[in-house]
Amino acid sequence: MATADHQAELTRAGANINSSWSRFTYYVRRYPLGAAGALIVIAFVVIAIFAPFFATLDPTTTNARTSLAPPGGQHFLGADFMGRDMWSRIVYGARISLMVGIGSTVLGCFFGVIIGLLSGYYGGWLDLITQRFIDIMQALPLLVMALLMAASLGPSLENTIIAISIPIIPHVARVIRSNTLALREMPYVEAAKAVGMSETKIAFRHVLPNTIAPLIVLGTAQLGSAILTEASLSFLGLGVPEPHPSWGRMLSESAAEYVRTAPWLVIFPGIAISLAVFGTNLLGDAVRDILDPRQRS
Amino acid sequence: MAEPRAQDLPIAPAAGGASLSNGTGTGPSQSANGKASAMAAEAAPVLEVRDLKKHFPVKKGLLRKTVGHVYAVDGVSFTIGRGETVGLVGESGCGKTTVGRTLLRLVEPTSGQILLDGKDVTNLSKNEFRPYRREMQIIFQDPFSSLDPRMTAGQIVSEPLEVHGEGDRSQRRERVAELFRRVGLRPQQMDNFPHQFSGGQRQRIGIARALALNPKLIIGDEPVSALDVSIQAQVINILMDLQKELGLSYLFISHNLAVVEHISHRIAVMYLGRIVEYADKKTIFTAPRHPYTEALLSAVPVPDPRVKRKKIVLDGDVPSPVKPPSGCHFHTRCPIAVARCKEESPALVEKAPGQFAACHLR
Amino acid sequence: MTSTNAATAPAANPKAATPAEGALLTVQDLTTYFFTRQGLVKAVDGVSFELQRGETLAIVGESGCGKSITALSLMRLVPDPPGRILDKSRIVLDGVDVMKLDESAMRKVRGNDISMIFQEPMTSLNPVMTVGDQIAEVLLLHQGMTKAEATAKAVDMLRLVKIPTPEQRVREYPHQLSGGMRQRVMIAIAVACNPKVLIADEPTTALDVTIQAQILDLIVELQKKLGTAVILITHDLGVVAEAAQRVIVMYAGRKVEEASVEDLFGASLHPYTRGLLASIPRLDLIRGAEDTSPGRLQEIPGIVPALHDLPKGCAFAPRCTYADERCKAEYPAYEEKRPGHWAACWKSEIVAGGTNG
Repeated sequence: MATADHQAELTRAGANINSSWSRFTYYVRRYPLGAAGALIVIAFVVIAIFAPFFATLDPTTTNARTSLAPPGGQHFLGADFMGRDMWSRIVYGARISLMVGIGSTVLGCFFGVIIGLLSGYYGGWLDLITQRFIDIMQALPLLVMALLMAASLGPSLENTIIAISIPIIPHVARVIRSNTLALREMPYVEAAKAVGMSETKIAFRHVLPNTIAPLIVLGTAQLGSAILTEASLSFLGLGVPEPHPSWGRMLSESAAEYVRTAPWLVIFPGIAISLAVFGTNLLGDAVRDILDPRQRS
Repeated sequence: MAEPRAQDLPIAPAAGGASLSNGTGTGPSQSANGKASAMAAEAAPVLEVRDLKKHFPVKKGLLRKTVGHVYAVDGVSFTIGRGETVGLVGESGCGKTTVGRTLLRLVEPTSGQILLDGKDVTNLSKNEFRPYRREMQIIFQDPFSSLDPRMTAGQIVSEPLEVHGEGDRSQRRERVAELFRRVGLRPQQMDNFPHQFSGGQRQRIGIARALALNPKLIIGDEPVSALDVSIQAQVINILMDLQKELGLSYLFISHNLAVVEHISHRIAVMYLGRIVEYADKKTIFTAPRHPYTEALLSAVPVPDPRVKRKKIVLDGDVPSPVKPPSGCHFHTRCPIAVARCKEESPALVEKAPGQFAACHLR
Repeated sequence: MTSTNAATAPAANPKAATPAEGALLTVQDLTTYFFTRQGLVKAVDGVSFELQRGETLAIVGESGCGKSITALSLMRLVPDPPGRILDKSRIVLDGVDVMKLDESAMRKVRGNDISMIFQEPMTSLNPVMTVGDQIAEVLLLHQGMTKAEATAKAVDMLRLVKIPTPEQRVREYPHQLSGGMRQRVMIAIAVACNPKVLIADEPTTALDVTIQAQILDLIVELQKKLGTAVILITHDLGVVAEAAQRVIVMYAGRKVEEASVEDLFGASLHPYTRGLLASIPRLDLIRGAEDTSPGRLQEIPGIVPALHDLPKGCAFAPRCTYADERCKAEYPAYEEKRPGHWAACWKSEIVAGGTNG
């Protein structure tokens, strides 16, 4: 009996995990795309946090002499028509994208969880009303919803975060509600009732903690689309205002006029957006596979 | 339909000695250590159920109109004495589980009376009922879904104490450790999560949780059905030891006749929402009166190839509790049914001392 | 019910043309491992047995003992990954080495030569097909019948499993049938092609007691009528005693005892079997008993070991009252202790001295 053969197979199956390093290498080998996604996301986070270290120049300083400078030399990704360094603007843009992405996802999840939990756990009229309201909200596309919100709230960083968080709420509320409906029937919830625990306490103590896994899955999945929505809003002039460098606005400022003469103004922010969204989506898929194997297609 | 059912309760003198003395109970003891010490042989039964009914509405259509009822429990009466185990047996859909859930007010009864220690608790509000929950706890069937996977075993067991505001953190921890020892778990295992325990150990955690508040009555809803044979015996023994030590009463709900036979003093057999036979264990198993009891007993396979016996194999399936048959619910499958059984619902009457059966013919 | 199978089976498996004398099914050193994150799970570890024509062989054991994986291995339906039947395993059905067949040849064997009834009659049937179509499906697949022939046969099959008004039921969907009826339909599908071996995996566990009795009677009766050999997988010793002729007891992936039902229930030679028999409450023992106060059940202490972390010696040793140092160090040889009675226990002679039950 070739035991060596078994060892190899076991290692592939993920046995013999006895340190955090071997667990790490197992996941990397098992989900290479997810690992790539995680790498991209980590890179963006590091760049966003330490933007001053990565930026070569100030992202807001204008310089007429370097207007539309091509990539190379001092501006290795070129400069825009106001002479601002593209690399530095993309680096600082990562900050905005991540801030808006994470901020709106967290905000949306927070309210979504509360609504979903209450509507699923208490049911009745509360549930009926919230569900119809969520149906209406979900009938509108994410972008249209955010557009509507952004237009009515006015452009500012905070308002952009709020505007993008709104359409996330029904998504989260719906998933948490269906989870809550299943959890509500669990015998351990009945056991808490039999002891005399109050309904609200049961909802927050026994139901909520058991919705964390689907919530994380949903949150990572929403992150990418939130970043994309921010870019779209800013592209349409409804997102993060000047002087914050936003990838979306960088695109819109240049797309019409300079796409032929200075394509780098369009290409590099475009790559940044795609990469960030691609990375979070890859990560989101892997997180879903790990935490919620039932949803695997 | 079952008017005669509301008659006086069938009470058999059994071990533990339940007797008919209504309304003399003193209500639940509020002290944390109101154990079995206060047991008086002649006090009111721990639990008395009178003509309990639970009809679930069947709703259909957009407006959720009620189009019918599931007659899950349809007039059930019994008593449980101190230190006594009453077994409630029947097949799936007979309403035995609903009886247990109704007693704990996990579902609200449609009608009938529930007397805990002689005190009518049927119409108390949720808050008024809370102190009485100390007296009555439940053990569930599934040792996996009955424990919150995100809580440690210690947290699970101490939760009832927290809810009823008992002791401070360290006192509760001490009590939990004691409960762990009592059910045969090591107190060092308190900080482990449910998935780190085997099925049998998890069921012990469930038992410890049920014991935490020193209840007088524990409702076991198929407490050993999900366990392996060799583990079943361990859990049954623990339940019986605890009864001896603490003077507990059990309502033991199960479809497994052999297990019910082993643990119970008295047994009630249910069919489609009604009790068809109710007697002490020996009578039920040696001289059953109701043809359903007889068939049920003979259907249980005996683990001994040398035993050759005549099996009564019932035809057909259990009818739906949405449309129970007229008259005696069992007449559609009964081997001895006559015309009268289809017309008239038989009352549960005392056929022999301590043996109650609902059958026109026997 | 004269079978067309006799004609079609050899066509599918040319080697089966010569009727093998002796055992219908021979299983040698069947070893199915699962490669999981917890480690190597030895679900079935070197199990050998023979199944004679027309006999009922029961495989008993508790959850995780490997009885169901044994069944799936015989059908070659073990999910891969994580599971794999090791190459040393041999499964010979009526002269055909099943392990050597490719997947398409194996598909012809499944449902035709070996078929299986599962525990859960609710989920084993397709909810959007009529029961008639589901029975006809296997006939079309394996017997090359026309649609009309298959439908007519489906009605016959429903009649065979004693479903009332089969002409009407054949057009119904699974949700219109009760649990007991669905299990009858499952049995009809399983025996439709007149298989040589029928594997029944906990066929009555999900059913009510009175329905259980009906289904068990049906299986026993069909077996007599059709001459099919049955492998009955169950945890219920009562079912074994009523339906089987021979029993294999499994514990932690291995066979620990094999005997005729009479020998096993009468004079078991393995402490695990003895423990199991003693730990179940018995209905038949109460009759005539004077004492109505319940006594303690004999229990098997401890828990079933995890299959990925088995003890070095006998897997049952940590729970065994007879166990000594040798049991803990060395896995006991599987030997014929009495004629036709095999056990894997160093202490079987001491065990035999004790009274059974």
